[in-house]
Amino acid sequence: MKTPILEVEHLSMRFGGLIAVDDLSFTAFKEDITAIIGPNGAGKTTVFNCLTGFYRPTTGQLTFYGHFGPVLLERLDGFRVPRHGLARTFQNIRLFGGMSVLENLIVAQHNALMRASGYTLLGLVGARGYRQAEAEAVERARFWLERMGLLERADWPAASLPYGEQRKLEIARALCTGPKLLCLDEPAAGLNPRETLELGELLVELRDRHGIAVLLIEHDMSLVMRIADHIVVLDYGRKIADGPRERVKRDPLVIKAYLGETEEEELPPEVAADLAAAGRGA
Amino acid sequence: MNTAIRAPALADRVKDAALAAFVAFALLAPILGMETVVGPDGRLTLAFHFDLVALGVAIVFIGRLLFGGLVAGRLAVRREGGPISRFLSRYSTVLGAAGLAFAVALPFLPFSSRYVIDVATTVVIYVMLGWGLNIVVGLAGLLDLGYVAFYAVGAYSYALFAQWFGLGFWTCLPIAGLLAAIAGILLGFPVLRLRGDYLAIVTLGFGEIIRLVLINWHEVTGGPNGIADIPRPSFFGFPFTRNPGEGEIAFHQLFGLEFSTMHRVIFLYYLALGLALITNLFVLRIRKLPIGRAWEALREDEIACKALGINPTNTKLTAFALGAMFGGFAGSFFATRQGFISPESFTFIESAIILAIVVLGGMGSQIGVVLAAAVIVLLPEIARELETYRMLFFGAAMVLIMIWRPRGLLAHREPTIRLARRGGAA
Repeated sequence: MKTPILEVEHLSMRFGGLIAVDDLSFTAFKEDITAIIGPNGAGKTTVFNCLTGFYRPTTGQLTFYGHFGPVLLERLDGFRVPRHGLARTFQNIRLFGGMSVLENLIVAQHNALMRASGYTLLGLVGARGYRQAEAEAVERARFWLERMGLLERADWPAASLPYGEQRKLEIARALCTGPKLLCLDEPAAGLNPRETLELGELLVELRDRHGIAVLLIEHDMSLVMRIADHIVVLDYGRKIADGPRERVKRDPLVIKAYLGETEEEELPPEVAADLAAAGRGA
Repeated sequence: MNTAIRAPALADRVKDAALAAFVAFALLAPILGMETVVGPDGRLTLAFHFDLVALGVAIVFIGRLLFGGLVAGRLAVRREGGPISRFLSRYSTVLGAAGLAFAVALPFLPFSSRYVIDVATTVVIYVMLGWGLNIVVGLAGLLDLGYVAFYAVGAYSYALFAQWFGLGFWTCLPIAGLLAAIAGILLGFPVLRLRGDYLAIVTLGFGEIIRLVLINWHEVTGGPNGIADIPRPSFFGFPFTRNPGEGEIAFHQLFGLEFSTMHRVIFLYYLALGLALITNLFVLRIRKLPIGRAWEALREDEIACKALGINPTNTKLTAFALGAMFGGFAGSFFATRQGFISPESFTFIESAIILAIVVLGGMGSQIGVVLAAAVIVLLPEIARELETYRMLFFGAAMVLIMIWRPRGLLAHREPTIRLARRGGAA
């Protein structure tokens, strides 16, 4: 029996008249790599923004089984989400470009270090506890840098890294927050095939060796079909399929959403129904 | 890339030069072109100087045509700090120590005079203000155009507490810092959601509000008359007077020196230097603490900060509060040095000068601020002989510096922590 880590129930998000996400429910499990796929504009990133507190959902309940037990994500301010063990990356990479690679990873451990520095007071006088905590933070950063093959770059400004390495750094930074669930928004975008392969290996390793669940939005189907255990498919904000990889792969609705439809079927349903009634339908 | 920038098509350059000439015409026509003269019948009449305007426009047109492309090319190339700023940053400790030694020895150097020490004190105060504002603008990336408000809060705090409650400078200093910090938080709350230009406008307004309150709140602040007879500083209880009051011992008696007005001037200089050093140590230290790194991260990307669990509200408020606190300290010093303060000392131009020091120094750079403060205070002093053209010279110098170093005198940023050195030690 798998343990759930995230339960999304009846999530809807409206922007004025636009319904970006419509009554979405799914469960992500701790032992899984869960992929959310769907055509452009299907509402995938909106789901992420609701999960990570950047948007307040119009309706719905988002239960996350975090470090301190279950917590309702929709009630949290964005900056309070990470401390429960949910980390994310962004579709367009958001690094602290002027700061060094190592500093990026240290900033990710801000809250722990802030406590260790006695909210700056102990840190100002150079207390030993703080220096120790900082050394530990550097060790954690070093661990992930080594895993990502970025150790050589530690003291470079983050903005000076090539694109693929910036992606890796952003994932490393999210990992430095010590997450239980890592949410990646199109991590393979802009990567070459080799880098995509490495990314897949990394995600599998996170799941198997570090016990970190992964929730991923991705357009690269080769990656999704290779590593995802569980796939949720969105189309126009609605869930059209949800289940293990093999089943979703063969789902006719999914194939239709991805491969497109014949011209007749693209007509609005009412019109199509009228046409059918008039005897022109198949 | 460079060739493309350096040699734009001739037509484009002519167009660009024509535009510059038009701007020059719009500026010069009223400034140089028209003069009010007293006519023979004693009435004011307008005299026109079209020749001067034509000359000015022609100079701008030809100059822009010849050098416009060149400057743009250099701007594009010089985005990163050049070798000079990298050199200065690498040896910043040595340079800092040398600068400090010079600053400490200054009053006893042969060329030192009352004038030199006075100017040096002003430089040091601006350095301190620059370091304080650097927390807000350079580190946290919050453009603050009303910094002088905190300077004013500090100055008036000292003046009022000294006048009403007879508190001494050393008691008032922390109070002034605290009140300025509270003012910083008051400013911080409404502007938490603003960034860039919008933030700048609100902070500008805040600076004006404080100044207008000082002017209009007669009963407390004395209005436009200001506050006079602010107690002058004493050397930890020993005043700098020729004839101390009953039961008091003056500074010169304490040390068995001949009385000299220079004692107080030198003491004030060292006081400013001490306060500035405290500011510097504090900023250097806090930059390497989580809060300092969070400020810089906030400057780089606020959304990413939130995704990492950093509370942007608290982080911004601490930046405002701490930046304001140092402004408050500097304000107290200003009040005790001048002995008289009025709202006129706290106009927008002061904020602009302090901001110019931070930007000119290179955002976030400590030594850069020192260089910039020296440039900004000393340039008008050096140019005193130019009389009318003094400020023109000052403006031209600033424009040239920003063309030469668009990212400030010292744009190079050293990481607050390095892996390489630790790796070697471990």
